[in-house]
Amino acid sequence: MTFTLDAVLAARRFEVSLSLEPGETVAVLGPNGAGKSTLLSVIAGLVRPDSGRAEVDGRVLFELGAGMHTWTAPHRRGTALLAQDPLLFPHLSVLENVAFGPRSAGVPRKEARDRARHWLAEVDAGELAGRRPGELSGGQAQRVAAARALAVDPDVLLLDEPLSALDIHAAPLLRRLLKRVLAGRRAVIVTHDVLDAYMLADRVIVLEEGRITEDGPTRDVLRRPRSRFAAGLAGLNLVPGTVTAGGLRSGDGLDFAGQHDDPLAPGQAGVAAFPPSAVSVFLDEAHGSPRNSFRVTVTDLEPHGDQIRVRAGELSADVTPAASADLGLAPGLEVYFVVKAAAVSIYPA
Amino acid sequence: MSPVRKASALLLAAALPLALAGCGGASGGGAAGGGTTVSVFAAASLKAPFTQLAEQFEADNPGTTVTLSFAGSSDLATQISQGAPADVFASADTKNMAKLGDAGLVEGSPRAFATNVLTIVVPPANPASIGSFADLANPGVKTVICAAQVPCGAAAKTLEQGTGTTLQPVSEESSVTDVLGKVVSGEADAGLVYVTDAKAAGDKVREIRFPEAAEAVNTYPIAAVRTSKNKDAAAAFIAAVTGSEGQQVLRGAGFGTP
Amino acid sequence: MGRPRGNAYSGIPRWVVAVAAVGALLVLLPLAAMVARVNWPQFIPLVTSESSLTALGLSLRTATASTALCVLFGVPLALVLARGDFPGQRLLRAFVLLPLVLPPVVGGLALLYAFGRQGLLGRSLEIAGLQIAFSTTAVVLAQTFVALPFLVVSLEGALRSAGSRYEAVAATLGARPTTVLRRVTLPLVLPGLASGAVLSFARCLGEFGATLTFAGSLQGVTRTLPLEIYLQREADADAAVALSLLLVVVAVVVVGLSYRGPAPAGTGSRPARSAGGQGTA
Repeated sequence: MTFTLDAVLAARRFEVSLSLEPGETVAVLGPNGAGKSTLLSVIAGLVRPDSGRAEVDGRVLFELGAGMHTWTAPHRRGTALLAQDPLLFPHLSVLENVAFGPRSAGVPRKEARDRARHWLAEVDAGELAGRRPGELSGGQAQRVAAARALAVDPDVLLLDEPLSALDIHAAPLLRRLLKRVLAGRRAVIVTHDVLDAYMLADRVIVLEEGRITEDGPTRDVLRRPRSRFAAGLAGLNLVPGTVTAGGLRSGDGLDFAGQHDDPLAPGQAGVAAFPPSAVSVFLDEAHGSPRNSFRVTVTDLEPHGDQIRVRAGELSADVTPAASADLGLAPGLEVYFVVKAAAVSIYPA
Repeated sequence: MSPVRKASALLLAAALPLALAGCGGASGGGAAGGGTTVSVFAAASLKAPFTQLAEQFEADNPGTTVTLSFAGSSDLATQISQGAPADVFASADTKNMAKLGDAGLVEGSPRAFATNVLTIVVPPANPASIGSFADLANPGVKTVICAAQVPCGAAAKTLEQGTGTTLQPVSEESSVTDVLGKVVSGEADAGLVYVTDAKAAGDKVREIRFPEAAEAVNTYPIAAVRTSKNKDAAAAFIAAVTGSEGQQVLRGAGFGTP
Repeated sequence: MGRPRGNAYSGIPRWVVAVAAVGALLVLLPLAAMVARVNWPQFIPLVTSESSLTALGLSLRTATASTALCVLFGVPLALVLARGDFPGQRLLRAFVLLPLVLPPVVGGLALLYAFGRQGLLGRSLEIAGLQIAFSTTAVVLAQTFVALPFLVVSLEGALRSAGSRYEAVAATLGARPTTVLRRVTLPLVLPGLASGAVLSFARCLGEFGATLTFAGSLQGVTRTLPLEIYLQREADADAAVALSLLLVVVAVVVVGLSYRGPAPAGTGSRPARSAGGQGTA
């Protein structure tokens, strides 16, 4: 039982084929205007493609084209949408917002409210039930919106940059929450943050100019990017490993000191993330304060904007062309990558 | 009250000087272009004959221009008492003339120059088969008359009392024009209007004359306005209206002789 | 002119305030002049005379009925105009708004040719036993005709500024279009709907020309307050002025109490956010 989609929308130069297994979460990455939101709108039934077909678990969502006019209205699709803006109905209480979906499906009022309370508890928002949307912070509102979308038990959950409107304190909390509720759920999440893809999705597709340019397991796409866009995204250093008291130990035995954004217990699986721009390159091992110093072998040099990206296995660093020349960087050279602990974020994997 | 009026007057003077200047200019009348202008305020029912008379008057008195203003008599009386620049007032009833006379705005005594009586008008097909005044009271007949507050309605009331007929009108309009309009459009089965209106409407309506009409004769008075700056020309125009030529034109329009 | 309230920068040039004052005077001065003309000792007997009270009662009843009709037909019209996308939409809007610019007499004539005894529909209606000519129904029709655009304009504006994003979300949550309309769209634009209904009611109260042309004038049946004023003016100027003041007071009370004006752009339909509130998707 799968979800399949083939859709062509000529006016937006959109032509996408996609399928999802039950329980699979796909992250959609891509530059602005690539058609990411169009993809979600087509699945949700808010935009009508010129031709194509979509089916979820044997139910046809649409079948359009020569002589075919099957069209399932948005409210019969079972595709709840969680957008960047929570869009909580301002005239309804938080509880009524979450109960809206079940109520619309004909669930009796009391049962719908019970279901709403259950999902509010799931997103740690049980105490907000009586509030009005206007009284919530951005992070609270988005958690309630997530509960509202989940309360309809959608066949496909659609998430359109759900974290991008949140401040840096609220985002990690919601990301963790989404990781929990998306486990085992079929979902499509549009994002511009590679960390979202890494943490929330089983699979990544890259959409450029209305077409899928990459499609594969998240780690594969981010490690071996074929499209320029994915390559740009993949620049973020992501090191999986085991959480330690002061940071993370990688599978290769390297110790990363870093910031724990979330409460983490030593021994659990985690990931250390830091941008190449935070990495400095030295010919000799530095003595002193920075604790993250790794001896690596340069595998590749490539221009990256007005910088030179120095790749060493799975890690990369950005240096200025002048610095690159001073150091005499070339593939095969042994150097030290040094990154301050403050620039390394440790997440649960 | 009076502070309010004083304040309004002040504000009016301050805010709308141009508008006031415009009014003042018009009331000067007279000397524009070297000729004389006579401003005649006449009841709406006089439109056709007075337009003809004014042309004749201008032809007989080179250099004199007649400006005509037609409206309901009570409207005209109100306008004149508010200072509108009229030289001659021709009313469709004595009541509104008396109103102006009481206010001291009439020069000399008004002269009756025409009479008018009511008549029945029906749509050309006469759907309700009206043949007499009493038929207007038949059940199911949609009769439209003037409201008692206006002269044509007062005349209708007089006829009702005189004939012992009680009308159940479906509408009591504020003007004869509205009564006529309802009959012309076929909304009403019958209406009570002046014979002059019936004549002016031509074949758009059929007129049913009835003898009782003579019991309510409306007299039209005419007079010069006291504030007129062209009293000679005003007197000349009144003479033309009351003279034989004027009477002939009025009779042609269906008016009676007082 | 009052002392400025609040500390926020308003940015209105002084000359704009001056011109606004003249504009306000243009409206207030004639009203003040009318108030000055009221025969106060006779005011109460004049406005409580049988014919006055009958006319006032008829005006209030017909305006209420007409406003109900405006809501009944105006809400779907506004929805179709604001949310629909079909050929002839602009033309439809132009025609629906036409009564705003038509002289009322023209509206009355048009109604006459449609619903009058000799009119397009009138004959069929008469056969069906419905007589509109010279009835209170005709008054309600005339008022609805002239007042409908006020409701449609207000509501369409409210619908457009509310946007359709809440409706889209509601649909993806499984709500049928009727449920979306009832539980999301209408509650969101309720202030706009209320304003539109109040404006329509006020317009109905003042309706004169179309009624006079189309419905006639008979005490207790078709003679609404404006028609009563028009008639009284012929006979008794004091009564006309007193009734005019009564009409003004009723209109000011109705509009003043319930009309809140258009909502400031971007508020009312969106939840306030305490942190990180930013642009639309």
